[in-house]
Amino acid sequence: MLEAIAFYVLASVAVLSAFAVVSARNPVHSVLFLILTFFNAAGLFVLLGAEFLAMLLVVVYVGAVAVLFLFVVMMLDVDFVELKQGFLSYMPLGGLVGVVLLGEMLLVTSAVRTSGAFSDRPTALPEGVTNAERIGRVLYTDYLFLFQLAGLVLFVAMIGAIVLTLRKRDGIKRQDVSKQVGRTRKQGVELKDVRPGQGLG
Amino acid sequence: MQIGLEHYLAVAAALFTIGVFGIFVNRKNIIIILMSIELVLLSVNVNLVAFSSFLGNIEGQIFAMFVLTVAAAEAAVGLAILVTYFRNRGDIAVEDLNLMKG
Repeated sequence: MLEAIAFYVLASVAVLSAFAVVSARNPVHSVLFLILTFFNAAGLFVLLGAEFLAMLLVVVYVGAVAVLFLFVVMMLDVDFVELKQGFLSYMPLGGLVGVVLLGEMLLVTSAVRTSGAFSDRPTALPEGVTNAERIGRVLYTDYLFLFQLAGLVLFVAMIGAIVLTLRKRDGIKRQDVSKQVGRTRKQGVELKDVRPGQGLG
Repeated sequence: MQIGLEHYLAVAAALFTIGVFGIFVNRKNIIIILMSIELVLLSVNVNLVAFSSFLGNIEGQIFAMFVLTVAAAEAAVGLAILVTYFRNRGDIAVEDLNLMKG
């Protein structure tokens, strides 16, 4: 019973805040609602017994991606009211596509319900093995190469983001390694013949 | 009352639909479009985790982790492109985003 209440609260808040993400007037509010959506989805994951993924969702999304969005929204000086125009004119088409999509997916969902191919409760965990341990056992053996490939994807994305946003500007002091290394004694040291009792003047 | 697989699938379907709807209605604001894509990927993750849990097969959760990785990478690169575009054009209206048209 308590599980059902928790499910309905988490699910309804997730769906409502997801709708607020796409309909909010202010993009900062959109980002905050996105955080709320992900938080509630993480709660659903906990109900499903996927605690590790739930924590991952909170750390990666709320901690990194949402903050990244927030930075970009606040950094760009854009007239967001103007960007909101056209919302109503696209509404009928978007609503139609949305209703068709939702209807089809709910059809499949009810087919799953009546087919009886799935158990009606989450499968119980084996005794003494946590969720994270089960994931680790499979991830680092069967999916080792895919795991490393995922790291490569993140690496390429990092390089891409840096290359895209890096820009050369004049009038900034920066280190030039080849210039430093290529410096000779002739350029760096100058001998002056100073007479006793006189300064360099 | 028992919460079955179909309840989770219905939530994921609703999230997916809202994501697609968001892409449709916010044609001008690319930041909201990127957030809508995140919503769609989240709904896929909910589906994967729900099936993984009800089938007793951990591999669905592994796959959800990979989806999470790709989503994070996509957000980073998308926002970097957005920042560069803003620097060059001074605004982010994606409707005039046809500079590369021949």
